[in-house]
Amino acid sequence: MTETPAIELKGITKRFGSVTANDNVNLQIFKGKILSLLGENGSGKTTLMNMISGIYQPDEGTISINGKQVSILSPKDAYRYGIGMIHQHYKLIDVFTAAENITLGHGSGRLDIEETNRKVKEICDKYGFKIDPRKKVYDMSVSEKQTIEIIKVLYKGAETLILDEPTAVLTPQETERLFDILRNMRNDNKAIVIITHKLSEVMELSDNVAILRKGKYIATVETSKTSPKELTDMMVGYSVSLNINRPKYIGAKPKLSVRFLSCRDAEGVKKLNKVSFTAMGGEILGIAGIAGSGQKELLECISGLHPVDSGEIVFTPDENTRIDLVGKSPTEIRKAGIGMAFVPEDRLGMGLVGSMDMTGNMMLRSWKDSKNRKSPFIDKKTPEKLAKEIWEKLGVVAPSTSFLVRKMSGGNIQKVLVGREIAQKPSVLLTAYAVRGLDINTSYTIYNLFTEEKMNGTAVIYVGEDLDVLLELCDRILVLCAGQVSGIVDARTATKDQIGLLMTKSGRELKSESIAPAGGR
Amino acid sequence: MNILNTLITLAVAAIPFATALMLGTTGEILCEKSGNLNLGVEGIMYIGGAFGLAGAFAYEKAISAAGHIAASGEPASSGFIAIVIAIICAFASGAIASLIYSFITITLRANQNVTGLALTIFGTGIGQFTGEYMRVKQGGFVSLSNHLKHAFSTNIFGPLAKIPVIGPILFGHNVFFYLAVIIAITIYLFLMKTRKGLHLRAVGESPATADSAGINVTRYKYAATTIGGGISAIGGMVYIMTTAGATWNHEGLSGVGWLSVALVIFCIWNPLKAIWGSALFGALMIMYLRIVVSSVPTEIYKILPYVVTTIVLVASSMRNNKEKQPPKSLGRNYFREER
Repeated sequence: MTETPAIELKGITKRFGSVTANDNVNLQIFKGKILSLLGENGSGKTTLMNMISGIYQPDEGTISINGKQVSILSPKDAYRYGIGMIHQHYKLIDVFTAAENITLGHGSGRLDIEETNRKVKEICDKYGFKIDPRKKVYDMSVSEKQTIEIIKVLYKGAETLILDEPTAVLTPQETERLFDILRNMRNDNKAIVIITHKLSEVMELSDNVAILRKGKYIATVETSKTSPKELTDMMVGYSVSLNINRPKYIGAKPKLSVRFLSCRDAEGVKKLNKVSFTAMGGEILGIAGIAGSGQKELLECISGLHPVDSGEIVFTPDENTRIDLVGKSPTEIRKAGIGMAFVPEDRLGMGLVGSMDMTGNMMLRSWKDSKNRKSPFIDKKTPEKLAKEIWEKLGVVAPSTSFLVRKMSGGNIQKVLVGREIAQKPSVLLTAYAVRGLDINTSYTIYNLFTEEKMNGTAVIYVGEDLDVLLELCDRILVLCAGQVSGIVDARTATKDQIGLLMTKSGRELKSESIAPAGGR
Repeated sequence: MNILNTLITLAVAAIPFATALMLGTTGEILCEKSGNLNLGVEGIMYIGGAFGLAGAFAYEKAISAAGHIAASGEPASSGFIAIVIAIICAFASGAIASLIYSFITITLRANQNVTGLALTIFGTGIGQFTGEYMRVKQGGFVSLSNHLKHAFSTNIFGPLAKIPVIGPILFGHNVFFYLAVIIAITIYLFLMKTRKGLHLRAVGESPATADSAGINVTRYKYAATTIGGGISAIGGMVYIMTTAGATWNHEGLSGVGWLSVALVIFCIWNPLKAIWGSALFGALMIMYLRIVVSSVPTEIYKILPYVVTTIVLVASSMRNNKEKQPPKSLGRNYFREER
């Protein structure tokens, strides 16, 4: 290629103390091209992009813009060079309108909001954004907020856009819309970098893929000349299988039936509205929905952590026994002999105690066990044995079982948590965003553990965000939309679009036609 | 007609007190919009009162020492100059006190509540000291001459105040009332209609967002807190010069500053609402003098403003309206996240 790259990185190295986040990375970003930056968690993608956008400075190496070597010392510098980054966490002011947020930090003097509205509209029309400049941020959906962030960057005149995992919070339809906009920008000769670890998106959107592994630059390949398999192998460093094994459990029986469950949050806002479903032993029931549609409340109601307004939650260990769980605290549920395991979304807040070691965290579950009751002292041997087992079996990367959980990486923390929850041989396993922030390998370890549990006859409830995974891993998928069940579909036959529609409001209208009774036994 | 008359007298009588409140509240709104909860208003207003009086008093003494004596036997001091000097002294002293607060909370990042309370104690002390020092030095009594007192509290539109009903209500007040209204409207326009105002509101809502947009958070916080403190201090001066009769007494401000803090909440951080809000609070405060119901003790009257504030506070938090809320980062100090 003879064309001068918009941005060229040569030999970039960045160290944080003893950790080398980026090691001799070379990268070229071209105008009118979309580059995917692919890599596992902790492979240094975000660090690298933060150096381009002025948040960090490289320890070694050079950055050139349009062939000229520059040093980018602050985000302001980056903007001067036409580089804009859209971070994962949006920086917006809730009580301001879209236009006010976009114009924030520009100029002084009188605030001519009509003029700003007009300029915003211009950018929107040019690239196909749909946004009302007068709308307040607190009334916006996540995807609208993201749109504002992108417009903000364009408003400042950015020529290179860097998006850090932009699709993590979007529905498939919103993702599609975002991709259309990114393609429009590419056609407008802007350089675009998208950080992601979703292979399907890489294949669909980008022109080139650059792969990082453990801070090292591996290669840049043309998307059209590669395959997901090849990319994964480069990303992980060895060959991995990308298929999730989904065996069928024969003789699945209802384990947990929820009928017309409603609940409210602390402010009295309705979070669940007449939710009904049955979870079968020997099945993974996926729960899909836009973040905050009631997933968290559903799991917490079942596990006894959240007060129930109305409805019933019945546990049926066999055909003749029915145990009502409504009104029971987690301790009472445990006392009733129900094996209820919960892998919460907030691993270190609700799941584990960060300042304790593995053994101590195992003890959180076992200290009340009957064996312990007779002695005034706690039994440390059993949890220690369990910790050791998990440490070995799940390959927890930690020097020993007495290593503080807080100091482990996200993946290892999750292994400890899932390991502990499964070890109590549950009849119902509730999991929320179990693979959020985990790399591909650990994710697959977790998927396999859930499948194993399913084959043991456990009813597994899997709240997830990645629809590809939900479709591959689960047997059935329940879709929540604003606290209501908008549909329960068979994961073996359903499509992403179908679920995406159910996740949004348009799905509610669909419900009455195609997926009439949302009971789904 | 009798009731109307009573109401008009009540409104007119409430204004001097309401003016002090309005200035105190407007200053505090400006400050809180930057995310700084300055609980030191009482102290700042105290300082403003003491130094405003001291300034006017020193001016009058200088005139008299220079030998300019009017026919009435009082010093030939100019009311206009005395008012300007009092305003400048109050503003400057209040701004300096707020600068101390700003340095401690913004630069040193100390807890805002504790610093504010400390500033109240400090300001009350400084105010008392200055006032008492003047009093002792003057042989037990410090007061302006009668014609200066008159200049501070007379209505400035003269004959217009004689128009029935609207005359006394619109034109029957001293210069500070109109000044306070102008300041409140100016602050409102600044906040809502200028880019700097937008930036300031952004700093109070989410300093991290403002910072990433290239706004100098520290500078905005310092400016808003200092200027706001200065405005509040003028309110203290107005109280001493009008309601307290331009003399120094031991009572000092008797809680006007605290009432201002409450009024900020009552006005939902809107300076325009401070105009009628302070008039209402002023009326509530002096109601025990004007509308006397013998069976109700005056203490009950005096708690009315606080009861109203509490009701407003509860109502506004229950309504769950996203707009009518305090600035989101109010009371929190900003650390730029170093990763």
